[in-house]
Formats: sequence, structure tokens, C-alpha cells
Amino acid sequence: MIITEQKNIEEIMDNLEKYKRIIVVGCDLCATACQTGGEEQVKQMIEHLKENWDGQVLNSLTIESTCDVRLTKRDLKKIQEDVENADAFLVMSCGIGCQTVAEITTKPIIPTNNTMFIGQTERIGKYHEFCKACGDCLLAETGGICPITRCAKSLLNGPCGGVVDGKCEVGNYVNDCAWNLIYNRLKELDQLAVFEILRFPKNYVISNNPRNIDKTRRPA
Amino acid sequence: MSNRIFSNLMHDIKLGKFVFTGELEPEKTTNLDELFKGVKLLLNHVVACNVTDNPQSMGYISSLVASYAVQKETGMEVIYQLRCSDRNRLALLSDLLGAGYLGIKNILALTGDHTSIGDNSGAKPVFDLDSGQLIYLIRKMVEKGVDLEGNHIENPPKFHVGAAGNPNADPLEPEILKIGRKVNAGAEFIQTQVIFDIEQAERFLKAVERYRVPVLIGVFPTKSYGVASYFDKYIPGVSVPQDLLDKLKKVSEISDKKLRKEKYAEENLEFFGDFFNELIKTSAAGIHVMAVGYEKITCKLIDRVRGKASWIEREQIYK
Repeated sequence: MIITEQKNIEEIMDNLEKYKRIIVVGCDLCATACQTGGEEQVKQMIEHLKENWDGQVLNSLTIESTCDVRLTKRDLKKIQEDVENADAFLVMSCGIGCQTVAEITTKPIIPTNNTMFIGQTERIGKYHEFCKACGDCLLAETGGICPITRCAKSLLNGPCGGVVDGKCEVGNYVNDCAWNLIYNRLKELDQLAVFEILRFPKNYVISNNPRNIDKTRRPA
Repeated sequence: MSNRIFSNLMHDIKLGKFVFTGELEPEKTTNLDELFKGVKLLLNHVVACNVTDNPQSMGYISSLVASYAVQKETGMEVIYQLRCSDRNRLALLSDLLGAGYLGIKNILALTGDHTSIGDNSGAKPVFDLDSGQLIYLIRKMVEKGVDLEGNHIENPPKFHVGAAGNPNADPLEPEILKIGRKVNAGAEFIQTQVIFDIEQAERFLKAVERYRVPVLIGVFPTKSYGVASYFDKYIPGVSVPQDLLDKLKKVSEISDKKLRKEKYAEENLEFFGDFFNELIKTSAAGIHVMAVGYEKITCKLIDRVRGKASWIEREQIYK
């Protein structure tokens, strides 16, 4: 899931200052799960604006999946008149949803959230970064633990010297050392031979951004 | 190990001699005069000196420039430390070619501390390569005359490459396997993180014995109680023995500066004198003395044990 966190409300209000007529857009997927852009949060945001902002909320909606151009286009079409009259969109989704709304409407957008990472949900409000979308998954050889994401240095050949009692010095010994976890897991799996192999430098061509995938074209 | 020998350090190691190396830490400055003064004291005591590269991710003068300057101004052979924290593979390659041109003969290949713990903590961490991969690159450059992609290098450099080892790692086993990885990648010697305990040294030496790689044990005579307690508190895994800390603390309370200095020296000579005497009896290839800015003590400690270590046994270990 894409993990989002709501921005500081002052920053949101500062960004709203120059606009008078807005549409508030939430998202039914990740932002709903993170409680940063679901129906409930959209409602709360509108309440806040009513009390603290002198502009007008022309309309509000949550889109099934704001990052999907088709769904966002479809839903915004239903409120076309308001879309035309709005001078900005307050978008309560991840950065992808924000950009999708901006691309479709070509109007200014104000994000209410910071997009944090691709993460695992332990429970609502508690998330852990587990994937960097590096494009070259090596979980098969690291005991199902991603060192690219969970090692602060993204080392392919850890652990490094910055570990005390299995904890990483980066972030003041809160996070587990990923390479210690990998070692322990591989040991349990009787796969330590994999641990001993030197992994060669990563090919960053795979992850040069922006990346696109297009499976829709037929091969020539 | 390659049979070719490019440096005095490797010459002595291969001969089976018990070697001593020193450590220099050029800081945030453009003036290296004080550093040179210290180096001159170490001449004829250590075979080579490490020149640190942004230690603990502090932004200091280029270790390559300082390494070259030390060799040029003092004649001391250097072990140029190179970290992956700040440079991608292109920058590492450039610096390595530059080091070859400047006559550097030894490199200690390090992953390096994370940038966030340093004095420019907002810096973007690089870590395009890690220490194992850097060692692999260096050996490829030296042995095959190519870079990581196999591109030809005209007039390849001639270096020996070493790796760091951490006997303080807890658990130790992953660290040992990692050393094995680095030796397989081409590491020709190991210099360890500081330790204060002979049993810990022996445990580590025993654990890496299977890799048949020369190991220089890191030791750290400290100039003051403040430095010792900083190391104890802030360097991951390093723990200074409580009795040494207590003794240094007592010395730190002496108000007369000259007397305090003398007492610090006495405590260091007593503790590390014994430690050196024990270390020369182990299978270690030597001692890496990390007494930055405390060259007088380094020299005294080395003088005390010089010539006491046997050569022949070591020669057999690494061949």
C-alpha cells in the first residue's frame, strides 16, 4: 500500500489562501486505509474549512482509485460544471492521485498529504516501509527480507559496522538491522551459503525514473 | 593473494614480519602542517599510515589529497581510505585512477558510515557500491585492467586493497561470513575496529583463520578520558574496559596540565604495553594503532615490542 500522512494543517491552509472556490477529492484506496483521504477525512476537512477559511467548497467526492485516470476522469465528469468553476482542487490522496487530478483538470491542486512510502500495515496508524520498487526483486536470496528498503544503506552485502544488539545506528537504534534479520532467517532456512555470496553492484538502469510499463502494444 | 607486491606494507606482511600501521585523520582544514609533524614522528615505527576518509561522515579534506600530500611531504607510505557513502561507482573509479597516478599503493575499501550521523546530516547517502563490491572493482582494475563493466583501463593502477573487520560485532558470525565475502572479492589484508581485550582478539583471529588473510588488530590508546568515553558511548560495538575508563577518569581530574599529560601517557603505556605484548604472540599480522594525534605513545609502544614477534610462523599462515 502507498502510505500517506496528512500534512501540517497550517501548510494546507497557507497553500489554500489564494483560492476561493475548490473541490475536495479523496480516494477510496490507500488514503482511505491510512485515514488520510477517505470519506470521513474529506468530511472532517470540509468542516475545518468551513470554520477556518472564507472560500467555498463547490463539491467533494472520493474516487474509487484516484491514481486511475479512467476512474478519476469518469467521476470528475459527473460534476463537470463544478470542475469548470473551481479555481483549485484540494486532493487528499497520495502524490499519484494528486498528479492524476492535476493532469485531467489542468487546474492548480493542493495536496493535503505527504506520500511516505510503499509499506506494510501492522495496524491502522502503524506502517513499515518494505519496498523501494527497485525493479529487480531479490527477496528469493535474502530470506524474504528486503535489504534495499530495510537497510539504511541499501547494502547488497551487509551487515555493516553500524549495528548494536541487532539494531541499526541510523535512526538511533530503533530499526532492526536488515542484514542481521536476513542472516537469522537464512540460517533458519539452512541457506547460509546464499549469505556468503558477494552480490554484484546493482544495475540502476532498471530504476532510472520516470519508469513506464506498456503491455498494451502488440509486438511489431 | 596476488604474487605481485606494490607496497612496503604488503612486502613486510608477505615476509611474515609483524607490522604496525598508524592512523591519520586530516580534518576540516586546508592546512596539513600539524598532520605532517605527527607523521614524521611515526616514520621508522609504522610501515604505513591510514588516512581517513570523512570519518563518521564528517565533511573533511579529501583523503586522496591528504594521502598524496603525506607521501610527498613526509615519505610515509599511506593506506588511502575510501568510502562508498559519498561517491557512486564513477566517482570511485575516478578517484582510484587518480590515486594510481599519485602513487598511492594501499587502499582500505570501506562502505563508510551513514551520512545521517555526520556533520552534514541532510546529505544524500550514496552507497552505490559497498565495501565488498569496491574491493571487487579495485582488484578488477589492478589484475585485469578493466572497470566493473569491463571497459579497458590504459595503464591500470597498482594497489593492494584491504578491508575492515569488526571483532566487536554482535552477533559475530554474520561479520565473519562478510569478511569471507570480502576476501573472496579480493581483500588482501584486514584492519580491525578497535578492541581492548586479548580474548576478543584471539576469538576473532580464530574465526577468520579459514580465510588465510593477514589481520591487523586495531588498538586505540587515548589522549584523554573524554575521547575514551566518547568511543565507549558512541562508536557502535566498541566498549572500553571499565577499569581503564576509571583510571583515565581519575587522571582527567588532575588539575596540573603537564602532570595530567604524563599520567595519561603512563596509563596508556601500562595498559597497551601489556596488550601489545599479548598481541604479538597471536596469529595477527600486526597492529593498527589508531592513536590519532598521539604519535609519541604509538612510537613508545612499538619500541617496546619491536623485534619480539616471530616472523616465520606468520609467513606460513598467509601463503
